[in-house]
Amino acid sequence: MVFFSYLISGISLGSVYAIIALGYTMVYGIAKMLNFAHGDVIMVGGYISFCAISYLSLPPAVAVLLAMVVCTVLGVLIEGLAYRPLRQAGSLAVLITAIGVSYFLQNAAQLIWGVTPKIYTSVVSFRLPNSLTRLGLSSEALVTVLSCVVIMVALTTFVNKTKMGKAMRACSEDKGAAQLMGINVNATISMTFAIGSALAAIAGVLLCSAYTTLLPTTGSMPGIKAFTAAVFGGIGSIPGAFVGGLLLGIIESMAKAYISTDLANAIVFAVLIVVLLVKPTGLLGKYVPEKV
Amino acid sequence: MLLKVEDINVYYGAIHAIKGVSFEVEEGEIVTLIGANGAGKSTTLKTVSGLLRSKTGSITFEDKDISAVQPHKLVAHGLAHVPEGRRVFLQMTVEENLEMGAYVKNTGVEEGLAKVYELFPRLRERRRQIAGTLSGGEQQMLAMGRALMSEPKLMMLDEPSMGLAPILVDQIFEIIQSLHKAGTTILLVEQNAQMALSVADRGYVLETGKVVKSAAAQALLKDEAVKAAYLGG
Repeated sequence: MVFFSYLISGISLGSVYAIIALGYTMVYGIAKMLNFAHGDVIMVGGYISFCAISYLSLPPAVAVLLAMVVCTVLGVLIEGLAYRPLRQAGSLAVLITAIGVSYFLQNAAQLIWGVTPKIYTSVVSFRLPNSLTRLGLSSEALVTVLSCVVIMVALTTFVNKTKMGKAMRACSEDKGAAQLMGINVNATISMTFAIGSALAAIAGVLLCSAYTTLLPTTGSMPGIKAFTAAVFGGIGSIPGAFVGGLLLGIIESMAKAYISTDLANAIVFAVLIVVLLVKPTGLLGKYVPEKV
Repeated sequence: MLLKVEDINVYYGAIHAIKGVSFEVEEGEIVTLIGANGAGKSTTLKTVSGLLRSKTGSITFEDKDISAVQPHKLVAHGLAHVPEGRRVFLQMTVEENLEMGAYVKNTGVEEGLAKVYELFPRLRERRRQIAGTLSGGEQQMLAMGRALMSEPKLMMLDEPSMGLAPILVDQIFEIIQSLHKAGTTILLVEQNAQMALSVADRGYVLETGKVVKSAAAQALLKDEAVKAAYLGG
């Protein structure tokens, strides 16, 4: 039974990683850049929903929506102001800019909300029957896993079935050819940032509901872990982000339970290294050979 | 005049790739730009479709200046560009590729698909297949079919015969002729000058970024200098 509760906490943590990893993987797939500020958008989502609930006494659902709207606007602004001018620049310049944006967001949050941790009240208000909680299943974990599954299904459908989603895939493969089809590449990249950031807001709310302390640096470690999950599953691949996130959460939870709490992070990254040595494209990543 | 390109100059950094090129395409024509590798043929097409910019001159399409129009807006004007190397979306299915060709259209996608499948029955057989699994010839058909989905007034083809077996080259050129008969105006860039001139109405010869000769295709086929340089003696 103890094993089962560790498994549940792993799946729940992994679901949060998966939702964050989607943002990394979609942006990478389409803009071919690593948006290291993505983790900090999660933190902003956490603070916005916190303020909405604690200061404005808004209902949790409205708070989540508000956080999503703010993060979407923030994501589009970050892309337009910081990354778009560098579209033709080298990848190193973009990477450094992303790290800069990450510090900017953390410091801005520090100025606005201070460094004292905020105690976050969970947005999940219903309680599960005792028979379930005894197994280690919390209502937060249940909501997290369900949200992750719904998001995965919705996003997969969007990307495979809608015109906009197909245009995103076309851009991710060949921006020049996509332009020749009449696809507005800049608008598509903005759209990708919007979706990724809205998901980051949801991840922020779920993360803070489960772990309840909120700091300006709250987003950075989950951000890095989720980035690892995206690479683990195969960066650029949506199912890869799902699988990578879940596996990473489970490995982390099991390592904490059975090996060592201190070594858990090291073990997570060691697994990543082994996977990349064996399969450099990640678990579900594709290598596409060019045909002449 | 459908397309009129006047005195364009294009640079890759310090390299002056196109030096004052001018040419025209009349409605209903097949016009070909021939020349050796590096003469500036593809660069010219990319400039017409807005992927590259000219420092001077003008490009007018149906009497509208399009030299500053963003490339993704040109499809709606009726200009389709089948790029060099085909550049189909390898991870998408054949049908999804064709749908992308009709991205700017809100109606008539089904009819467009039916037309393309009629022209390329091979694509219908493979509609659910991932484009990356197609042969080179099939990918060329897909690239052309994809461009046709936007119902262009002018179709620009960049090296459609590149890397294809001779039998497929013949097939591609037959298709070009049948498209032309169906009323599509075509601007064709080719290294295979023999084939290109045999289907074209008029031709322009490009050498190191300049137009060195322009005449009716039949005349170019008989031209001694053109024969020596591009038609294998």
